[in-house]
Amino acid sequence: MIEGLAHLLRRMGARVINSIWRLGMASRFLALTLMYSGTSFHRFHLVIKEIFNAGVLSLIIILVSGLFVGMVLGLQGYETLQTYGSEEALGVLVALSLVRELGPVVAALLFASRAGSAITAEIGLMKATEQLSALEMMALDPIARVIAPRFWGAVISMPLLAAMFSAMGVFGGYLVGVVLLGVDEGAFWSQMQAAVDFREDIVNGVIKSAVFGVAVTLIALFEGYDAPPTAEGVSRATTRTVVTSSLSILALDFVLTSFMFRGE
Amino acid sequence: MSMKRSTLDLWVGVFVAAGLASLLFLAFKVGSMGNFDARSTYTIKAEFANIGGLKVRAPVKSAGVVVGRVADIQFNTETYEAEVLMKIDKRYQFPKDSSAAIMTSGLLGEQYIALEAGGDDQMLAEGESLKITQGAVVLENLIGQFLYSKAEEGKDSSANPAQ
Amino acid sequence: MSDKLVQVKDLSFTYGGRMVLRGINLEAHRGQVVAIMGNSGCGKTTLMRLIGGQLKPTQGQVLVGGQSVGELSFHQLHGLRRRMGMLFQFGALFTDLSVYDNVAFPLREHTDLPEAMIRDLVLMKLNAVGLRGGQHLMPAELSGGMARRVALARAIALDPMLVMYDEPFAGLDPISLGVIGNLIRRLTDTLGMTSIVVTHDIQESLRIVDYVYFISEGVVEAAGTPAEIKASELPYVHQFVHGEMDGPVPFHYPSSTYLADLGFAQ
Repeated sequence: MIEGLAHLLRRMGARVINSIWRLGMASRFLALTLMYSGTSFHRFHLVIKEIFNAGVLSLIIILVSGLFVGMVLGLQGYETLQTYGSEEALGVLVALSLVRELGPVVAALLFASRAGSAITAEIGLMKATEQLSALEMMALDPIARVIAPRFWGAVISMPLLAAMFSAMGVFGGYLVGVVLLGVDEGAFWSQMQAAVDFREDIVNGVIKSAVFGVAVTLIALFEGYDAPPTAEGVSRATTRTVVTSSLSILALDFVLTSFMFRGE
Repeated sequence: MSMKRSTLDLWVGVFVAAGLASLLFLAFKVGSMGNFDARSTYTIKAEFANIGGLKVRAPVKSAGVVVGRVADIQFNTETYEAEVLMKIDKRYQFPKDSSAAIMTSGLLGEQYIALEAGGDDQMLAEGESLKITQGAVVLENLIGQFLYSKAEEGKDSSANPAQ
Repeated sequence: MSDKLVQVKDLSFTYGGRMVLRGINLEAHRGQVVAIMGNSGCGKTTLMRLIGGQLKPTQGQVLVGGQSVGELSFHQLHGLRRRMGMLFQFGALFTDLSVYDNVAFPLREHTDLPEAMIRDLVLMKLNAVGLRGGQHLMPAELSGGMARRVALARAIALDPMLVMYDEPFAGLDPISLGVIGNLIRRLTDTLGMTSIVVTHDIQESLRIVDYVYFISEGVVEAAGTPAEIKASELPYVHQFVHGEMDGPVPFHYPSSTYLADLGFAQ
């Protein structure tokens, strides 16, 4: 009994220490990535290619999800607002939920599972097939040549994807609310514009998505770079990327929201 | 080094353009970008006995038109009243004897400040205070008043059975 | 400068508390193909990483062209690596680049040559390994032997003084194996470079190399020319050359006696 408890505590302690250890390694990894980012900007086509891989290839899932989330918001919001006779506020509801929360958060979650997992798998395989070693032996730094361009490509893509998600969502809400359910179009847009503030809502939303972008990309790159160079190691790392980055997005969202929309 | 054009560049171009277009859409169509820019506003003050549920960034309206926003709300420890700072659009000037009242849009809607223009020749300047204010109507007080007046009415009618 | 391009002096390396290499001495002369042999896990890949500067010696020295690899600064090491080529076990081609771009990669990264000249050089290297016709293929479309030939073309793209090969014969069919073996010999001779081959393929190695080092348990067990090795009566070399099941490298994992395990203890 006591022995079992001690064993459990030891295991938990080991896990905590291991997590802190990895956090430190990831921080050092981020510092190295930033230090070796010169090449990425000096030769921007490397970054362009990664914007394609992370951003363009995530477009479909982001646009379709955004549309559906907006349409569901429109339907649900209409049902609720109708009870209070204020259907015109539908635009406000849809826009504020999307711009402040759902846009950055859901887009980042989708980004983590689409682009993040792909990045981890790619880096992990490059390591397993000794492509990173090959770069090193060609007197090229893998961080500068492989990691940094992917970092910047994904970090640039994320806010753009979140903005597209929100825009698509507002459009979806408009489709359901105005076109389908007959909410007054003028009221829909004007109430939305009166309630949504550029700096407080939209800029904060963009800041959120940028922070999520850095977090997801860093986790994905680090997990790939740190993965044991075997098939099993890479697949485990890919799973870990999705789990860790999803949790980080939600935790960061709480922290950022409490900073941004304090008591208003 | 000459640039080689590739379909990849085209796609990335489309992607970045669509992203920026979405941001512009959010800024101008969904939000109201820069309606009350810091440079084109002036600040006025007003003290209220009770602000009810008024929040920072609530609209300031005159004749139903939004002319400004609430910038800050503080409690004045000398007068024991609420001190509200409003940023008003420079295009709209108000006489010195204008009054402010806290109103509610709809029955349960958000609260805003209604500015009623006075008749003074001089206009309010940066940092000046409004003298005439009317605080928020608190629902409990309203109901209390209503019951009290009903009770009064009942007393009157019982005192005058002839009517 | 001396004739010895690579000199390994009294080299020891400890990894995770385990002595992987213990006092290794070997040398490779210019123009030679030298094989480092041993059974799996004897530390031969570690030795190669030490020569390439990816690991630092715990003790002793690795000299390449007179420079001590373990003591070089970051920039000096990169300078040295530009004059080294390396063929990884399964080629390690960049999967997102075509055959042509893979071979052009080191040229584009390390030279300012115009694209037309890079093209000539790439086609020359690809021609040398017989794959000029496959320049537009992607690595996923290549067989194991072809991938290794492309990787060889990439390794010699910058005309290195030293090329190292990590298990170049592993997993190849007899024809591809012969092709790679012949290419290593021919390119070493025509380009005037030095080759260090890490392998456990004894027959192919004895056919093409000038000198062989046998490593077992982290020490040099035997060394000599192919003729000397073939004639060697050292039990370890004999077992290795003839692929015998039992010998100094035992067939059985260390255990108690079979009878004891079955429960018939005396």
